Amino acid sequence: MNKEAAKELMLKMADDALIYGHRLSEWTGIGPILEEDIAFSSISQDKVGHAWQLYQLLEQDFGMPDPDRLGFERKESEYKCSQLNELYTRDYAFALIRHFFMDHAEFIRYSLLRASSYESLAQLAKKVRGEIKYHVLHADTWVKKLGAATEESHSRMQAALNEAFPYALGLFEPGPFEQELIDSGVFIGEGQLQAEWLDEIRPIIEESGLQLTSNTEAITGGRSGNHSSDLAPLLEEMSEVICSEPGASW
Amino acid sequence: MLGAGRQLVKNPMDMTQESIEKIKEIWQALKGVEDPEIPVISIVDMGIVTDVTIDETGRVMVEMTPTFTGCPAIEVMKKGIEKKLSELGVKDYRVALNYKTTWTSNRITEEGRDKLEKFGLGRPASHEGEPGMEAIASARCPHCGSENTTLKSVFGSTLCRSIHICHDCRQSFERFKPV
Ligand SMILES: [Zn+2]
Repeated sequence: MNKEAAKELMLKMADDALIYGHRLSEWTGIGPILEEDIAFSSISQDKVGHAWQLYQLLEQDFGMPDPDRLGFERKESEYKCSQLNELYTRDYAFALIRHFFMDHAEFIRYSLLRASSYESLAQLAKKVRGEIKYHVLHADTWVKKLGAATEESHSRMQAALNEAFPYALGLFEPGPFEQELIDSGVFIGEGQLQAEWLDEIRPIIEESGLQLTSNTEAITGGRSGNHSSDLAPLLEEMSEVICSEPGASW
Repeated sequence: MLGAGRQLVKNPMDMTQESIEKIKEIWQALKGVEDPEIPVISIVDMGIVTDVTIDETGRVMVEMTPTFTGCPAIEVMKKGIEKKLSELGVKDYRVALNYKTTWTSNRITEEGRDKLEKFGLGRPASHEGEPGMEAIASARCPHCGSENTTLKSVFGSTLCRSIHICHDCRQSFERFKPV
């Protein structure tokens, strides 16, 4: 196994889960209905759990710093999350569309990783996939509901989709070790993932009465540490407690 | 990698009678460690403990697999296991968390399912490796036993619960999710 390649893959997955998890947690206490409040909080908790597990593997198998330091104490340019996940949450429609794009991609990614030659990651993937299944179920329910409910809900969902789609395509931005990952059987590659993802989401979007914009160009950069202006304030917020007392034990 | 470099005694034929007895004793004792989120059920009934072994140096290894990756109770359970091992007089031990065995709700014992129901939590439907929509949505009411119920939300008060409504006794209930 090419260690640098596997490390790169895991780090971007972990960063995606952590940053996305944090964005989801912003609904805790302010969800539009109590059940949604609980749903977003639960999904957020799962995501932060996934990030933690991945950071832990990075520490255990690759000698990287411990999960807290990896999660909270890196420079902005060292984070490999996609820009889709760091964008501030415009409104509920945007939150749902991002959730829909992201969790379908995650579900397929972890499904494919079950066959990874990196055994610890394959074992974790089996577990994580079972959890994401519930996240996808939640996203689909609401996208279908609000895509076709009223004129306002439809137009807000469509506007959110139009804005988020180029960023969602950025989820599949190839990393520097794409070919190594494929050759060593660690991961089948972002290209294959994107193709399966499009096949999966298209019929659901159609059923919801929404439309995917054609000839959309991906907004990339996150995987190489080039982020939108929304990430810095988010990281500052996330690490506020840790930075208030550096080195404290909890 | 976890466990690498240590030869674990796996084959019972290679184990001394003493080790076999000790392992039985440990499994029995672990039935006294509760799941902190559902304090009526032990971590053994939950299927969280996956293996207990003793290597040639006499070191005890307890392996566990988490129900959910973000489960906040896992550290508490780990400490509970360590405490039990100390109480049994085991000095050299290691409690390891790993995913060699994937936890699914199928791992909950029949006795465990009965306890869940008595606690007021619907039992998870058994499934063939992966729960379909049918298994996720259909639940038996823990209050009256009716199957005439509707799934309200796949997310409940903890990661492992979903919310349902019973049309017969007209109460809502939580159910342990099939995963
Ligand atoms: Zn009932």
